[in-house]
Amino acid sequence: MPRTVAFREALNEAMAEEMEKDDRIFLMGEEVGHYDGAYKVSKGLLKKFGEKRVIDTPIAEGGFVGVGIGAAMVGLRPIIELMTWNFSFVAADQLINNAAKIRQMSGGQFTLPVVFRGPGGSAHMLAAQHSQSTEALWAHIPGLKVVMPANPKDAKGLLKSAIRDDNPIIFIEGEVLYADQGEIPDGEYTIPLGVAEVKRPGTDLTIIGWSKMVKIALATAEALAAEGIEAEVVDPRTIRPLDEELLVQSVSKTKRCLILEEGWPFNGVGAEIAYRIGRRCFDDLDAPVERLTGADMPMPYNHHLEQQCIPDVPRAVAAAKKLLYLE
Amino acid sequence: MSAIESEASESHQAARNTDKTTLARYYHQMLAIRRMEEALAKAYALRKFGGFLHLYIGQEAVAVGALAALKPDDYVIATYREHAHAYAKGMGAKEIIAELFGKATGCSKGLGGSMHLFDASKNFLGGYGIVGGHIPLAAGTAFASKYRGDGRVTLCFFGDGSVPQGAFHEGVALAALWRLPVVFICENNLYSMGTPLYRSLSVADVSQKALGYGIARDRFDGDDVIRVRDRIAEAVRRARNESLPTLVEIITYRFRGHSMSDAGLYRTKEEVEEWKKRDPIAYGRELLVRAKMDEKEIVAIEQKVTEEIEEAVKFADESPELAFERLSEFTYKE
Repeated sequence: MPRTVAFREALNEAMAEEMEKDDRIFLMGEEVGHYDGAYKVSKGLLKKFGEKRVIDTPIAEGGFVGVGIGAAMVGLRPIIELMTWNFSFVAADQLINNAAKIRQMSGGQFTLPVVFRGPGGSAHMLAAQHSQSTEALWAHIPGLKVVMPANPKDAKGLLKSAIRDDNPIIFIEGEVLYADQGEIPDGEYTIPLGVAEVKRPGTDLTIIGWSKMVKIALATAEALAAEGIEAEVVDPRTIRPLDEELLVQSVSKTKRCLILEEGWPFNGVGAEIAYRIGRRCFDDLDAPVERLTGADMPMPYNHHLEQQCIPDVPRAVAAAKKLLYLE
Repeated sequence: MSAIESEASESHQAARNTDKTTLARYYHQMLAIRRMEEALAKAYALRKFGGFLHLYIGQEAVAVGALAALKPDDYVIATYREHAHAYAKGMGAKEIIAELFGKATGCSKGLGGSMHLFDASKNFLGGYGIVGGHIPLAAGTAFASKYRGDGRVTLCFFGDGSVPQGAFHEGVALAALWRLPVVFICENNLYSMGTPLYRSLSVADVSQKALGYGIARDRFDGDDVIRVRDRIAEAVRRARNESLPTLVEIITYRFRGHSMSDAGLYRTKEEVEEWKKRDPIAYGRELLVRAKMDEKEIVAIEQKVTEEIEEAVKFADESPELAFERLSEFTYKE
């Protein structure tokens, strides 16, 4: 019997189940223990696993991200929570120069089974420094895997796979998704990294989106369906490695592709996907691949301005119609 | 009298208490490191390899003395000036030189080079190219030791140039907060690249940084391998038995430039010559003479070192390179 849980509870279950099985796994980050998590993702884990395995840190991302990497080098399997991915930049040297490269620089002698996780993307009126999508930055770097679940089921299954993976994982949780409810299977399950999913089948165009953009994509598909247009929504779920095959398969069928991305357009994940679709589906496409992205500027604080900087349903519908030459 | 001067007599006593075989081992290691790096400098000049080459010549007693205080299970992590630490941790000159030559037989299969020597089997956790960036990793390996209760100690080497870096402070702060079994060793060679200490640090005594973090500290000269061993042994004991970190500052001097492209215009020839009078290897030899080792035996060690390095260079020369087709398997673990 499937159960309905919140996105944050699904993540919590994934960590608790894996920690139960493997005592090499520990959770470390700001406020993860005694405060029960800044976003309550780690709620109850301190009580369950104790201070040895649920470790509160000072505000020193460069330090404790490095601690996670060092501990992983010698055989532990850390989960390092970043209170938000906005704070990851002070740990960028650790993530880019150490986490992503130690395996290769050491000729494969050291592997890094470590998950860096926390909320990403914009929320509401948090202004420029607290509202940004970082997946394009991390996905740029060979040696890192980037995972971005869109619903509770994916969140739990992907986080369990991430924890079991032997590579450094960037696991980005949509900040506005934490309270979302969704069905998850009862009992043990995992979802493999690098496998996309068709979230809604359709025939007239493909809408590609991940994390909270899946919600916009599905709502856009509903709006289009009211006008007799059937959109297929595909969620890559893992940005790196990217399940190019499923994206190509979908676009080869629908012949039109719209990519929704919350982040900035320049060198965005959507730019990479558009290139791959363009190359692989060149003969099938009935229109150039379209992107709807976050505005190419730092996020403004003002609510109305902010909302105009994030892809929404009306603009996604308009972009879809443009693809179908309906406007 | 400074703390450093007061150590002279105690150190001579310690040397007298060290048996001849042990002194010979230290001398062998220091000399092999020196000869290995001289061979590397020569090969570099002959363009046998490229990239950066940061020589340790002049500082040998620090790596050899400090690592003599460890058990094989203990972890060592270092900077890009780490050939000596790798050798002293038990890695062979063959694997080190082959790595610099970019060969598949190198300790990192030719993928890391001079700055990124690694050997998991010897618990040598690497050389790192970003100044200070490895210091939080040392806190991480020490965290793992405490987490598992495996009794291991982590030795983390860095230069005075790392001290202004945030990563140094974050790594030390966490090790202090969590009482981690790690020894932070600042090899203060008085210059961060070409910038003298007084232009990069407001307080010349690096060990004082320990005061702010509430951890033990030590500070001494690095030209005597026995002194280095015994003082580091104190810090290692504190880490192993009490799970407490120590910040140790060792004053030393590199006789060569920061890297091979360094013309050395920021310091005088006289200063360099003055420091060369305190060559740790000459002192290591003196210890053997004082311990009444036969001159023939000492020459035999030196001969053995020469052969060891010649053989290693030959091995590196004749080794194959990794095929490009194999490269991708090192990016991700399948």
